[in-house]
Formats: sequence, structure tokens, C-alpha cells
Amino acid sequence: MVSLLDIIGPVMVGPSSSHTAGACRLGLLGRGLVGGTPHKAVIELHGSFARTGEGHGTDKAVVAGLLGFRPDDERIREALQIAEREGLDYRFEKTTLGDAIHPNTLRMRLERADVSATLTGSSLGAGRVIVSEIDGYPVEVNGNFHTIVLVAEDRKGSIARITGILAEHDINIATLRLTRKERGGDAFMVIECDDPPGEALRDEIRGLDWVRWARRLDRVGGGGAGN
Amino acid sequence: MYRALADAIRDADARGQTLAQVAIDQEAKDQGRSAAEVRSSLARALVVMRSAIGDGLVGDLYSASGLVGGDAAKLMTGPAGPLAGTPFRDILSRALAVQEVNAAMGVIVAAPTAGGAGILPAVMTGLAKAKSVSEEKLVDGLATAGLIGAVIAERASLSGAEGGCQAETGAAAGMAAGAATEMLGGTPQEVGHAVALTMQGMLGLVCDPLGGLVELPCVFRNATGSAIALAGIEMAMAGITFAIPVDEVIDVMGEIGREMDVRYRETAGGGLAATPTGRRLAKERLYQIRRSTE
Repeated sequence: MVSLLDIIGPVMVGPSSSHTAGACRLGLLGRGLVGGTPHKAVIELHGSFARTGEGHGTDKAVVAGLLGFRPDDERIREALQIAEREGLDYRFEKTTLGDAIHPNTLRMRLERADVSATLTGSSLGAGRVIVSEIDGYPVEVNGNFHTIVLVAEDRKGSIARITGILAEHDINIATLRLTRKERGGDAFMVIECDDPPGEALRDEIRGLDWVRWARRLDRVGGGGAGN
Repeated sequence: MYRALADAIRDADARGQTLAQVAIDQEAKDQGRSAAEVRSSLARALVVMRSAIGDGLVGDLYSASGLVGGDAAKLMTGPAGPLAGTPFRDILSRALAVQEVNAAMGVIVAAPTAGGAGILPAVMTGLAKAKSVSEEKLVDGLATAGLIGAVIAERASLSGAEGGCQAETGAAAGMAAGAATEMLGGTPQEVGHAVALTMQGMLGLVCDPLGGLVELPCVFRNATGSAIALAGIEMAMAGITFAIPVDEVIDVMGEIGREMDVRYRETAGGGLAATPTGRRLAKERLYQIRRSTE
């Protein structure tokens, strides 16, 4: 659903809503995955990101996002120098991810202490983004909500258990999508929340022996000019 | 938000409301916010828009490549042309001002994108000043613009990489035309025609910036896009109607974008970017950017 404030917004540092603001939001989503500024980041740029990213400051914007700067933060201009001071070792590479994927797409591999993560995301224009892959799992996360993604065994009562844990942590669910490839196969859950889920909640979900994998992503967009 | 402007116009007519009111109510419902919160977010966007116009008109900002800068001030204070002293010329300078700030990595409001961010603030604040429009109506106008942009996002595209410049400055011009028409007292029907009359004039516009950067011709396309929006406003408010319904005009913009060769979608592979001078400038200036940040 498109928000009016996505259209009149975001308030951002130029010059490109897709190559700068959207790229910064993808960086922020990556930062959320590893729980802070990564020590190492390898970012592969595809399509228009690869061809025109440099002049648009896409490199500065992604690194700024990894450092926790939002799209309207004027420190984006000096993000590469700040990354050096903060010990973020980044590297940009050009890649081709095929014709089927959006022209403004990047893939990043992040490491922070003993945590690592991969993320593939696209910038759709007007600062809107979509994450299509995390740690090799296909997802669909737009960053407009705090989001939990998890893969679990397909078994009865799993939704009740997960939503129960969210309720205990006083988290209201905005949307919940459940998909599976086949009966009895892996069930894939994307839960968008109104309130930010903490690491304790994520760890509790991870502690369930039938949950194979779980991640949380911070809200990075939506509400446009309001943020 | 609405997926068809026809639906929003029908609801506005049925309720005796403006499109701005209909859009703000729908946004409040969709996002679980109050109408007052939506308005205050838009009012904050307006503050940033005005500040970008002010910064750009000073004329001391240049992009990293040096290809862009100083022209907004030139239009504001330079030698008189046939339209000197009119809102038209004022609006063109405002559009250039926002884009010069954007190219210099200053703070702007993407509306709907950064590449087209000059048009809506220029047309809205320029006409509001010329016609002494209240602040409240100006903020409401931004809601009308957001509604139009949301419909374009759903039915077509707002990305130059997907749909060419018609999806960025074309969408922005349509948004500005519809929003200003309502701000100046036009009916919801007239808003629809203003959007259609404006966007028909932007169909097929390619995205061909030098070196792929939001600089040339983007900055000037915001001025010319504003001019086309003013033409759309003037015609619609004179009672001229456009025979193709606005939603169909938007659909065809999306269709043309999907058919557009990749060279014309922000890749610097065609159009002005691929001219001998375009290639030379991109090479010389981009090389300089790289060297200066090493």
C-alpha cells in the first residue's frame, strides 16, 4: 500500500531518491540485521546502481545507512571518511543479478563480531525499498514496519505460539504473512509490527526448537516527511 | 491510498469534499494516524521545500561535477526576458533552485523523487504567493499531490530507471498541476483534467542524464516540467477537458515506460547522455569527482 507521505517525502539529502535515499535505507536495514555498525561490508551493485551509483553518492549513502545515518542526515556527504574512522571496512563490487531483478538492486554481506548476514534489496524510486533475500531465504520486506522474518517447521499451533510470544512482549502485529512450499515443508513467516521487537524477543523465538532461522529488521521508512 | 483517480474524484463529489480531504482521510485510515498528524507531516515537508528554494536562490551551490549551479539565481536576477516579473519566471527559478540544492547533496523533499523534486514546490509556493493562498490550502494541496503520485505509483511507475523521465518529472508535473488546480479553487473533475492535460505533454520523455547523474538535463527538466504543469492548470481551469480519462493517461505512461529501451532509463546509454559532448563532459567531470574524493 502506497502512503501519501512516501510520495511527498522522504526529506532527504540529494541527489537521487532511488540511488541515495533508497540506498541509505537498504544500508540501515543491513545494519539492523547485524545489530549495529558492521566491521566488514562487501556490497555488490547491480544494474543502474552499478552504472551510475558513484556519481549519485550510492556508495556514500549505503555506507551512511550502515553507520546508522538516516536519509536526511547531512553526514551522508562525509560517510566514507566517517566509516574509516569508525572501523567499518567496506568494499564495493559490480555484479549482474539477471534481467528479472529491479535495475536498482544491491547485495551485501555484513560481519559484526561473530554475527554475519546477507541481504539483497532493491530501491524502487521515491525512496521506497524492498528486501528480497536475507541469508539466502526469499523474503519481501519494505522497511515500513519493524519486521520479524522466520523459517519454521510446518506444524500445528506455530502461529499461536509466535503470536503469543509477541503478545507477552507487548508487541502489536500490523500484518502477518505465512507461506510454505509444500505441506510439512518449511513454513515462512513475515510479521510486521507496530512496536519495535527487542533482541530478547528474537532470541526467545530462536530458542524454539522448531524454528530454523529468525531475524528482525528495524523500521527504516514509511511516514515519509513525518520521519 | 486510492488506485484510481476516478474513484477519489467520485468519492469527493459524493461527499462534497475536496480531493485533499478525501486523500487525508484515506491516509489516516490506511496508516492508523489522525488527519491532524498527516497534515502536520505535510506542513513539515513544506518547511523543507521552502528552505531548499531559499538556499538554491542564493546561487552559491554547485554540484560535485560543477555542471550544475548558479542558474536559479541568474533567472531570478538576470536580464529580463518577455516574462520577467511574472509568476511564470518566478516559478521557473524556484524549480531550478530546488534542483541545484539537490545536485549539491543538500536537503530536499523527494516529491515524488529527488530528480523531479523542484516542480511541486515551485508551482505550489509560486502560485500561492502570486494568488495570496492561505498556508492551510497550500498544505492541503500537498495532500492532493500525494494522492495523484500514489495513483501513479500504483498504476505506472515513479522511477526513471523503470519508466524514463516521464515517470519522474512527468509524474511531478501531473501532481503539481492537479494540486495547484485544487488549491486555486478548481473542482475535483478539473483536477483530473489538469493532471491529464499535463501528463499528455510529458509522455515518452526519456531519462538521459549525463553520466547517469541527477544533474543535466534533470535540473532544466524541472523548469520545463513546471511550465507544462502551468499550461495544464491554465487549460483545466478555463474549463478545457481532455477526452482520455486521467487514469488511462497514467496507464499509458506506465506502458510506454515498460516498452522504453534500457538506454533511455537512467543508464546514460542514450539521449543527451550519449551525445559526443554529453559523453565528453561525463568523462571529464566524473573523472574529476573520483580524483577529488581519493
